[in-house]
This record gives sequence, structure tokens and C-alpha cells, in this order.
Amino acid sequence: MIIYIDQEQCTGCEVCIPTCPFGAIEMREDKAYINEKCTLCGACLDACPMQAIVKKVDELPKKKETDLSLYRGVWIFAEQRKGKIQSVTYELLGEGRKLADERKEELCAVLFGHNMKDAAKELLHYGADKVFYMDDPMLEDFQDDPYSECMAQLVRQYKPEILLCGATNIGRSFIPQVAVKLETGLTADCTGFDIDPKEGNLLQTRPAFGGNIFATIATHHHRPQIATVRHKVMKPAERKDQSPGDLIEVPVPEEGKKCRTKLIERFEEIEETVNLAEADIIVSGGRGLGDPKHFDLIRDLAKALGGAVGASRATVDAGWIPYSHQVGQTGKTVCPKLYIACGISGAIQHLVGMRSSDVIVAVNRDPEAPIFKVATFGIVGDLHEIVPAMIKHFSR
Amino acid sequence: MNIIVCIKQVPDTTEVQINPETGTLIRDGVPSIVNPFDMYAIEEGIRLKEKFGGKVTAITMGPPQAKEAIRDAVSLGVDDGILLSDRGFAGSDTLATSYTLSRAIMKQGGYDLILCGKQASDGDTAQVGPGIAECLDIPFVAFVKKIEDIADGKARVERMMEYGHDVIETPMPVLLTVVKEINEPRLPSLRGKMRARKYEPIMMTKEDLDVDPARLGLDGSPTQVIKVFTPDVKRAGEILEGETPDEYALELKKRLKEAGFAI
Repeated sequence: MIIYIDQEQCTGCEVCIPTCPFGAIEMREDKAYINEKCTLCGACLDACPMQAIVKKVDELPKKKETDLSLYRGVWIFAEQRKGKIQSVTYELLGEGRKLADERKEELCAVLFGHNMKDAAKELLHYGADKVFYMDDPMLEDFQDDPYSECMAQLVRQYKPEILLCGATNIGRSFIPQVAVKLETGLTADCTGFDIDPKEGNLLQTRPAFGGNIFATIATHHHRPQIATVRHKVMKPAERKDQSPGDLIEVPVPEEGKKCRTKLIERFEEIEETVNLAEADIIVSGGRGLGDPKHFDLIRDLAKALGGAVGASRATVDAGWIPYSHQVGQTGKTVCPKLYIACGISGAIQHLVGMRSSDVIVAVNRDPEAPIFKVATFGIVGDLHEIVPAMIKHFSR
Repeated sequence: MNIIVCIKQVPDTTEVQINPETGTLIRDGVPSIVNPFDMYAIEEGIRLKEKFGGKVTAITMGPPQAKEAIRDAVSLGVDDGILLSDRGFAGSDTLATSYTLSRAIMKQGGYDLILCGKQASDGDTAQVGPGIAECLDIPFVAFVKKIEDIADGKARVERMMEYGHDVIETPMPVLLTVVKEINEPRLPSLRGKMRARKYEPIMMTKEDLDVDPARLGLDGSPTQVIKVFTPDVKRAGEILEGETPDEYALELKKRLKEAGFAI
């Protein structure tokens, strides 16, 4: 395939140039030209008012086609640590249920562990029609080899149409190996899903370029369609009293018991007083604080509200506060009930990490700051005056 | 010890700005750099070579100008660089990229260790490292923050996890993706810069590799980008009115109470 510009049609209007995320369109002698930076992503195709951007598909020998109709149902990977189901699992169940209903198919959860039958049954209360459970001492702790092998074998046997997994360290480690074993498509760190109404494909939306742009990605001719899902973006499934689904215990294949790496030891570092990703209230500070010592204001307000302390990338880069507090594309994605941004201008990298918060309060001196575009309530003013007043009046 | 470091040339995303009028990316003058996460892989490779002897080879796939990424690696002390460049590789997703790089590594052969950055800063997928390991059928450890020891054909490494870290022992050859906690990358030396300026990478096209053409480029890529857009983050908010900080704080308190917060 190749994308090129029909020089006859091109009027040199330059409308297409900014649509290319790779900067591959340039002007040459008053006409647009696609240079070798082009990755064939197709983002420019609809931009030209003259339809001068042409996609030419090569005639290639037909590949062996997967019979897509054999693949049915939505699967989610139920992540566990030390025998405890991790919270991302409930978010996957919530989103998976929605997609399964749209496809009029079953939602199934996959759990790997040891002596976790009760936890496996419990997943049936969260909307799973089936839980596939593999039990083996080798699966007690996460290891790449057995997890990827077991998942690949299970997929080959039961053929799901969609497989979702948390974009956690575990998910992002072993799922790419599963996708290679199955030679199918994988989309990382998704923040939104839809079903294409025409073809029924999963439309997977994810941020790229540090959150500056979003891309929607589809896997047209391969199954399953696999995606990892960013933690704290999807709404978790709620527990129901009924659990009409079935627990299916699947024997662990011999290949799935092999592991080349060995887990020698596990170090758990002391958790921060409030875990940012799980907090209901977050108070964040940005460069507008002016001085690292002013983070005390942020800490005091967070304390008054019983919340956690967040920070913008600028303050972390400047060494004002540790990275573990960073909210945004390269930090943590958070979804609290209340997010208070103080002295944060609202670079897109920050906004993508907090914009799904229920209520956003912004305090900033600059009325033009982009943070006000996402704020539920905005206060234009000096945070060094406003925040102390908030601490005074909010203290319970 | 023979070490291969996989690198990628990316636009410097910290330089990317959004045009507030059109909401599109302003990319004019945005420089290309070696993916920042790969700098830690390069540094670790060079440190291991300094300790154990051997050779470090950088490998990248990209357009002809990705030569500069190889030269940057050479300036830091990498011995050799391979650039995989072919129109046939264009449009590769992570599966096709993993396949292509693994075939080039296979051709190179004789490696003990493959190092990658944990992810690239443009795509942020973190999929090509594990993908290459799977294609080569060698063990893989992600998010490595420390290589504790290498001895008797085994490596002992620390893998960063959400809760802390795991200590893992793995046979070699192994592919590790590294996080920035692993080291502090050096700056290029004057001698390194001199060598890099004249250095010509080993060029490879698809003809040089033993590959199935159906698994390359766009044809070998199950995923396709169907739309790229700038996020619409607006919500219908309200700027609160007030005269003094106390008035603002009390007005906000009232609104938050109405929204159901017990403050």
C-alpha cells in the first residue's frame, strides 16, 4: 500500500499538513508531498477538500483468512496478587459486560491462581457468564511463561472474539507474548471502546504522543481482538446477589507448567499513606506554587479533605515532589470523586490523566489556563490566598 | 558478552505543542531523538560491556534518517549499529515490528542479552520488547530496574511492580526491558562524537533477511489506525464569583456540598 498526493488535484492549500501525526507531509513547489516519514496510518486521508490524497492498495496474493465467525464472546483477564482479585478486574468486567451485550455474546473471566476457587466463583457476581479457572502452584504468582502459555492455549481452545486485560505491569508484560503466539492484533493502554456498527469490529481508542493525540485502532482480519485497558478509566461492575453463571475449571496444560524464569523474592515497598490511584479526593499542585515549600499548602488542603496529594509533571521534573505523585500521561491516571488542581495550567499531558474525575476544581491566576476548560468549578485567583481560605473553611 | 540494544527514533514529544486555534499538533521544528527510555538500555549495555567485555550492537528499524539514532548510540560507546530500512517495512504495527527485528537479530546471532527501553515515547505501547522475545523464543523480563548479577549463564534482575519489585533469575540469552531507575545515562564523549560523525550503520532491507513477506509492514500488521484525533476535554464548567479568598472558599464549599460532598 502507498499513500500519495495527486499533484493534478492538489491546490496547495496546506490543510492536510497538520493532520499528519508524523510530520510526513511537506510542501514542495507549492504542492503537498508525502515524504518517507509516512507510516501509512491514514490519518490524512479525509483531510483534503479536493480528495487529492490517494491510498493505493497493492494487489497481493490473498492471505490465509481466519474464519472470524468461529470466534465469539468477550473475555477479560482477572488479575490477582497474593490470591486477591485486583481492582482493575472489576473495571474490565464492567466494560466487558457492555461490549458483550452489544455483541449479544457471553462475558467470560479468566483466572489463573492457586487455591482460589472461592474468588473465582465470586467473579460470577460481577456480571461474568462464565469463569475459566486454572489452578496450579505454578500460577500462584505471576510469571511470564506459564501465564502467556496458558492464556494462548485457552484462547485456541475456546476462541473468544475479544480479550481485555488490565494495562498493569502484569498485563503489559505477558499479553504482548500472547498476541505474538496467536499472531493477532494487540492495542495497548486503551481508554475507550466501541463496536463498529457495520462490521462488528472492536474500535479501540488510546492516547499516543504523550497524550497529545488519540488514535482509534481496529483489528479487522484477526481474532481475538486483544487490548490492554488503562486502570481507573472504566467504571467498575457492581456486585449483584445473583450469580447465574458457571465456573469452569480447566486443567493446566503441561506446556503451561513450564517456566524458564524463577521468582526468587518479592519486595513490597511501604505504601504511601494514601494510594493516589485509589484515592477519592486528590489535591494537586503545579508550577503556580512558585516554590517547592508551598507544596505544604497542597498537603494541608489534602489533609483537611482526607485526600491524596498529586502533582503536575513540571513540579516532578523540577524535583519538588517525588514521581509517585505525578498525575498525567507519563504519571498516574486518576479518577477520583473530587480533583482540585492548584496552580496547574492544564497541559494536555496532565488533562488526560485526570479528566474523568467526577468533579474538578481549578484554582489558577490565569483565566485563559486550559485547566478551566475541564473544570466543573473554576476560581480565578492567587492560590496562595485561596488555598489557605479553603483549608480554613473546609476543615471538619 | 554480546549485547544487542533495540532502539527507536521518535519525535521529541516534550516539544510537541498543540495549536489552540485548530487543536492539531504543531510539529514544525520538532527534533527527532533516540527514544528516552532506550537511552537507559544503551547505557546499561555499555556498562555491562565495560564490566564483562564483549560487544554492544544497536539495532533500529525506521526510515533512512534513523541513521542519526544509530550515530547517537555510537557516540555513547556502542560498537556497531544496524538500520533496517525498507519501504516494505512501512506501516508495521507492533507484531510486524517484533517479527522483523527478531529476524534481524537471528541473522546477527550469537547474542547473550537483548536490552530494550520499557516503551517508546511516541506510541507508548511497550509491546515490541516482549514481542521480540516471543518471536525468538527466549525468556523475557519487563520493567527491569536493576541487573543484580550475571554469572554462569544466568542473570538475576529486579522487576519493578506496582507494589515494589520482584527478584527474578533467568537463563540467558534473555530479553530485558529497562526502566529509568536502572541507571543514569552518560553524555557522549568527544571521541565518541568524532567516531559517530563518520560512522555508517550496517544497512539491511527485507532482501537481507530470511522473512515471510506476508508478515512484514502493513500486510503483516493485524492492527490498523483508523482515526487520529486530538482529545476533546471540554466540560461545561463554571467560573465562581467572589471578592475575597474567603468568599471564594465559601462559595466553593456550598457548591461542593450541593454536589454531595460532606465538607
